[in-house]
Amino acid sequence: MMDWILQIAPAFAEAHAPALLILLPMLAGPIAAFLPGGGRVAWGMTVIVTGLCTLLSLILLAQVRSIEGGAIISYAMGGWAPPHGIEFRIDALNVLILLLVSVIAFLTSIFGWPTIKAEIADGKRAMFFGAFQVCFMGLLGVAATGDAFNLFVFLELSSIATYVLVALGSGRDRRALPAAINYLLMGTIGASFYVVGVGFLYAATGTLNMADLAVQLQDVGGNRAVQVGFAFILVGLGLKAAMFPLHQWLPNAYSYSPSFVTAFLAATATKVAIYAMVRFLFSVFSLDFAFEGMSLALILAPMGIAAMLACSFQAIFQADIRRTLAYSSVAQVGYMLLGISLGTAAGVSAGMFHLVNHALMKGALFMAVAGAVLTYQGTRIHDFAGLGRRAPWTMTAFAIAGLSLIGVPLTAGFQSKFALVSALLESGWWWAALLVVFSSVLAVIYMGRILEAVFFRAPANPHKEHGEAPLLILVPLWILAIANIWIGVDGGFVYGLATDAAEALFIGGAS
Amino acid sequence: MAGPRSDHHVILRVVAKPLIPIIALFALYVHFHGDYSPGGGFQAGVIIVVAVVLYALVFGITPAMRAVPPVFARSLAALGFIIFAGVGVWALIMGGNFLDYDVLFNEEPGGHMGQHYGIIAVEVGVLFAVAGSMLSIFYAFAGRVTEIKDEDW
Amino acid sequence: MLEFVLERGNYWAIIGLMMIGLYTLFAATNLIKKLVGLSIFQTSIILFYISLSRIDGGTAPILYGKDAKGHSGGHDEAAGAHGAASEAAHAASDAAHGAADAAHGAASHGLEHVYSNPLPHVLMLTAIVVGVATLAVGLAIVVRIREAYGTIESDEIRETDLEVARAEYAVDQADEANPA
Repeated sequence: MMDWILQIAPAFAEAHAPALLILLPMLAGPIAAFLPGGGRVAWGMTVIVTGLCTLLSLILLAQVRSIEGGAIISYAMGGWAPPHGIEFRIDALNVLILLLVSVIAFLTSIFGWPTIKAEIADGKRAMFFGAFQVCFMGLLGVAATGDAFNLFVFLELSSIATYVLVALGSGRDRRALPAAINYLLMGTIGASFYVVGVGFLYAATGTLNMADLAVQLQDVGGNRAVQVGFAFILVGLGLKAAMFPLHQWLPNAYSYSPSFVTAFLAATATKVAIYAMVRFLFSVFSLDFAFEGMSLALILAPMGIAAMLACSFQAIFQADIRRTLAYSSVAQVGYMLLGISLGTAAGVSAGMFHLVNHALMKGALFMAVAGAVLTYQGTRIHDFAGLGRRAPWTMTAFAIAGLSLIGVPLTAGFQSKFALVSALLESGWWWAALLVVFSSVLAVIYMGRILEAVFFRAPANPHKEHGEAPLLILVPLWILAIANIWIGVDGGFVYGLATDAAEALFIGGAS
Repeated sequence: MAGPRSDHHVILRVVAKPLIPIIALFALYVHFHGDYSPGGGFQAGVIIVVAVVLYALVFGITPAMRAVPPVFARSLAALGFIIFAGVGVWALIMGGNFLDYDVLFNEEPGGHMGQHYGIIAVEVGVLFAVAGSMLSIFYAFAGRVTEIKDEDW
Repeated sequence: MLEFVLERGNYWAIIGLMMIGLYTLFAATNLIKKLVGLSIFQTSIILFYISLSRIDGGTAPILYGKDAKGHSGGHDEAAGAHGAASEAAHAASDAAHGAADAAHGAASHGLEHVYSNPLPHVLMLTAIVVGVATLAVGLAIVVRIREAYGTIESDEIRETDLEVARAEYAVDQADEANPA
């Protein structure tokens, strides 16, 4: 069904799509940082680049799906053949992540201009867009690369740019600065742990290419170096992905960074880290090693459940909407981990499906909050009272995404939670399925508090009459909201992608 | 800085003056000999910046910023990056993969001109990028505080 | 037993440095000291990789003598070194197991001399750059924190933020009590 893209795309773009995808933001970033015009030109450039990247990811998706069961596209950087050279390896799993990251980046960069104009000082805007493109490029690189050390470099590229972006929230609230330094310290520990782990794997196998690592590790088996490496990589990527006890950096970083950055990060950064984790668990380490040798289910499942319950509880007691949503993000990461911890194709595809849906709903929620903040200032629930009447379009989209977060039928959240619960029941984990339902009840409470204030309470500030967000915010916001409903009504397409992704893992892991 | 009170820095200034061009020259040696021995753009970039930092330490940050403006440093970093990526794009246009030096000059198999000049071009990019960003970092920190007064030495 | 400990001296040093770095990172309240701890931690990782690349009797990974001529010498050296890189990578993977016969690894690739593995060195060059960038960003944020809060002690910053949060909460409660 996607062949038409391959027919209209130029042959050059098709042959070099993996490289161009990274190259475009890589080249555009430093250029955007020096563009004049108070950031307006840099913004235009960012929108164009992220749009082109979306097209390139669509080309890749079409290429991967052109073969039944998913093709694997390998692109050797510099012409050095893998496993010695650095390889970009696109399969059904990471093409999904590439598409997600570029679509979200495209929508958020359209949405970003009004909020950036309000929150970032004149002289810094061009640099801000430069940093954003570096961050975007890093995330794409993590998803695309097939080399374990290269993954670290891209991870750190995107993270360093992220620290800068978070710290730029200090123009609005100085608490962004301690949030940024905490994120920096935790994030760097995470990345360093990852590198130590890769070092152990390299010592055991003598290769850094992920596909080659998978083959070599089969021969090496579970020796001590591999086990230690596994533990380091899991903890390192867990820090980046905000796995339950390692999530302390996340709420502050999301609450105080500029609205644009929050919307982008919430929808992409932890997702890419989870992708990297899944890639290592299933592709590099074999299923037997990770789940039987290291009894991973006993580690991941309790952490996922703890995240679901503890962080949903914490979300209930927050006064600030962005903090509520940030804690809810950690809880949602718990759902994904729970799905992954099953170690079955159904579980992983439910996890990936929820990953995509969560990116769509959190993107929409944070965009709506940003739109409201633009005219009303203040992100506490109290400030949002009565906004439903003042800004019906913004808040209706907010409500749709909120209902999707709870998991109301006919929304995306319902589809992925349903997939998760059925995967849990299939493996006989009925108690975990009950806990998922219970955690959804907690979500009803914390989203309900906000929605009740928005729609049924008297306005907090009766003097402000009109509060609708500008059109630049409304359009991407509604695209995401409608995507939530579309997936909720007919989740087949995205669920199919997630299933393909999971199956690619299970077939790839066996070879 | 240059006033009657800075007389007791005379040794520093006399020593620094001939040292700075030598440091810069050594950087170029490290860069271009990187083909045959350890070295290359990264190390050379840092050494070049050392020359500027030494100048700033001895003669003050303001004259240093006049000699090498911060905008120049930042643009240099971006330019270096673009040179590096530009070589990659050049290889793409010539029909190879990204950063595939072998195709740069359309030479016969076994020719090594592409490898040779490709790596030099990339290293020039690295030199610019490292020198520019190192200097920008130095300016960013040194430019913020009030300068150390002569009496505080 | 003693021999077991001594012949792994480099690893003990690395573990020691790593723990010192992590402890500093967690225990210090001064943000600059935290960043120093982070740097020590990263340096220990660099040492870890470099000691992986060592091969008994290996020299710096630049082809010389007959090896260089064997790869047709002259301008070809860059390409030759690439070959050596991948070959040495495999040699080193054997060596990393501890007891492997590195000379055998090199001989099987037709090289006269034994070279240490250049790949970890290259990786660590990248890691150093990443570390420098992280440190620069971190210090820049600390400078901004000093300007915004007037302190770089993390507990004092937390205290200030808590007071602000309490004040906000009090205002909220007052508003809830009597909605204007």
